[in-house]
Amino acid sequence: MLFSCSKESKEESYVSVLAPLQIPTLFKNLLIAPIIPSNNPQTQEGITLGKKLFFEKELSADNSQSCATCHDPKTAFSDKRRFSDGIDGVFGNRNSMPLFNLAWNFDEKFFWDGRSIGVERQALQPVINPIEMHNTWKQVVATLQSKAAYPELFYKAFGTREIDSILVAKALAQFERTLISSNSKFDQYLEGKVQLSASELNGFNLFMDETKGDCFHCHGSDKNPLWTDNKFHNNGLDALSIDIGLAKVTGDPSDNGKFKSPSLRNLAFTGPYMHDGRFSTLEEVINHYSEGLKASPTIDPLMKKVSLGGVQLTPEEKADLKAFLLSLTDLEFVGNPAFQEQ
Amino acid sequence: MKFLKVLVVILVFVSCTKNEIEVFEKVNINFSHNWDGAAVAKSDFNTLKFTNANGEKLSIVRFRYLISNITLTNSENIKTVIKSRQLIDLGEEVGLSLTSETEMPQGTYKLSFTFGLNDADNLDGVYQDLNSVSFNVPTMLGGGYHFMQFDGKFNGTNTLVNNFNYHVIRAVNRADPTNLIFQDTSFEVDLGEIIIRNSDVIEIKMDISEWFKNPSLWDLNTLNSMLMPNFDAQVLMSANGKSVFSLGAVTP
Repeated sequence: MLFSCSKESKEESYVSVLAPLQIPTLFKNLLIAPIIPSNNPQTQEGITLGKKLFFEKELSADNSQSCATCHDPKTAFSDKRRFSDGIDGVFGNRNSMPLFNLAWNFDEKFFWDGRSIGVERQALQPVINPIEMHNTWKQVVATLQSKAAYPELFYKAFGTREIDSILVAKALAQFERTLISSNSKFDQYLEGKVQLSASELNGFNLFMDETKGDCFHCHGSDKNPLWTDNKFHNNGLDALSIDIGLAKVTGDPSDNGKFKSPSLRNLAFTGPYMHDGRFSTLEEVINHYSEGLKASPTIDPLMKKVSLGGVQLTPEEKADLKAFLLSLTDLEFVGNPAFQEQ
Repeated sequence: MKFLKVLVVILVFVSCTKNEIEVFEKVNINFSHNWDGAAVAKSDFNTLKFTNANGEKLSIVRFRYLISNITLTNSENIKTVIKSRQLIDLGEEVGLSLTSETEMPQGTYKLSFTFGLNDADNLDGVYQDLNSVSFNVPTMLGGGYHFMQFDGKFNGTNTLVNNFNYHVIRAVNRADPTNLIFQDTSFEVDLGEIIIRNSDVIEIKMDISEWFKNPSLWDLNTLNSMLMPNFDAQVLMSANGKSVFSLGAVTP
C-alpha cells in the first residue's frame, strides 16, 4: 500500500504496482545503483500518468506545446533545432538536452548549467518558464483537474484525486527515468554480440588515448557506459563566454563557461551540438577539439594542446573517431513504442 | 570444597572484569591537505596561489586520489582492514572523512594504507563506485584505476598560463603495445602508532607540495600532461608521493 496515509484513506484505496527500473546488465555490472527518490518510487500507474503528461499540450498556456515538443522521442528526446521557441515564439539560448539514463546522473544536477537538483525539480521548470510553456502551475492544476481522465489517473498513481504541481513533477520524473538507452552497437560489442569495424575500433582507441583524443576523462568509457561524467567543464568554446553557464548558478567566476558534459550516446540524433547548438555536424565538433580550442582563464586543464588549438587529429583519425561515436547510436531506444505518443 | 568455591568466584570475577574493560568502537579518520603547512581547501582552488619547489606558480582545479587497504595492526601483528577503498575528492569535498566498517577494541595500533591500488587489487572495471566517477585507466594502459587525478594550471617559462595533468597510475611501458610491461607504483604508507579510544578522530595529512620536490624536483615545463603513458614519470611520481602523508592531530 503506497499511500495508505493519503487524504483518500477513508475510501477503498487503490494499490499501485511497483515497477522498478529495468536496469541493463551492462549498467548493473559496471555502475552503482540508479537514483530513485524514496518519496517517489517507480510504479506502473505513475509511469503511465507521467507519459501522458509528457505528451500533454495543455501544460502550456495556449495548449500548443508539450514536453515532447522540444524533447522529441525520435531524436533521443532532443530538438533538431538549435534553439527551441516557446509558445510566444521567443527562442531560448540553449539547445534542448536529450533525455535518457537520467537516473544515473549521480550528482542529480540537471540542465546544461546544473541549476535544478533532481528530475522532479527539473520537471517543474519548463511549465512556468516565460519563454517556454509560459503557464502557471495554478492554471495547469485547474486544467488537469477539470479533465475527466486525470483525477482518476492521479488517484491510481498517488492515492489522491487532488492534483498539484508536485505530483505532476513526480509523475513526469517517473516516466523520464524509464528512458534508458543501453543497446547501441558498442553496447552489443561490449556484450560480445557483435564486432566493431576497424575504423570504429581505431576511433575507440583514439577516444581512450591520452596522447590523442583523450575524450574519456570527461565522457566515460567502456567501464562507464553513460558516456558522460555528468560534470561541468569549460571545453574551450570561447575566449570570453557570453553565456557563463555554471557560474550563473554558483556565483563563482571560476565556473565561467562551464557546462555539463552531455552523453555521447545517440549523437546521430541529438545534433546540433554544444550547449548553444553552435555545431551542426559531428565533423565540426571533432574539428573543435582538434584545432579550434580557445584559451580562457577557466578552460578545463583536461583540454590538451590548447596553444596549438587542440589535439591535432589527422583526417583519417577524425573519420575513425566519428565512426566510433556513431557506434553509440541506439536505434532501439529512439524507436521504442513505450516512449512514443500513443 | 571451600577452596574450589573460592577459586570459581575468583575466576568469574576476573573473567567479568576482562569483558567489561574491552571496549569496541568504530575508527574515525579525517583527511586534511596542506601546501608546505598552509591548509588547502576547496576555496583555495582555481587561483595561482601555490609555488612549487621548481618555482612555478600553480593552481589546483581538480584534486582527487585513492587509498586502499586502510589497516590497523595490533601489538600481536594482527592486521585488520578497516576500509577497503577511499576516494578523496577535495574539490567536490567528498571522502574527506571515513568511519571504519568494523569496530575495533580500544588500544594501540599501527595505521597504514596503500596509496592507489596494488597490483592484486588494481583490477580492470570491477569497482562500481570508481567506474561511476570515471576513475578508470584505459585498457590500452593495462586498465585498472587512477591513483590520483591532479589537474591545474601553472605559469611556465613561456609566460603563458598552461594546463597540467598530474595523473598517477600504475607505471606501464607500452613500447610494444602487444606486450605491456608494468611496474606496481602504488606504495604503502605507514603512519606509525595511534591509540583508538573514546571515538577520537585521527587526522591523516597530505602535503601537496611534496609531489613536486622530494626526492625529484618536478619541472612542470617539461612534465605537465600526457603523463599516464609515461613510464618514467610514473616512477618519479610514485617516489615523490612517499613523503606526502603524515599523521596529524588526534581530536576527541
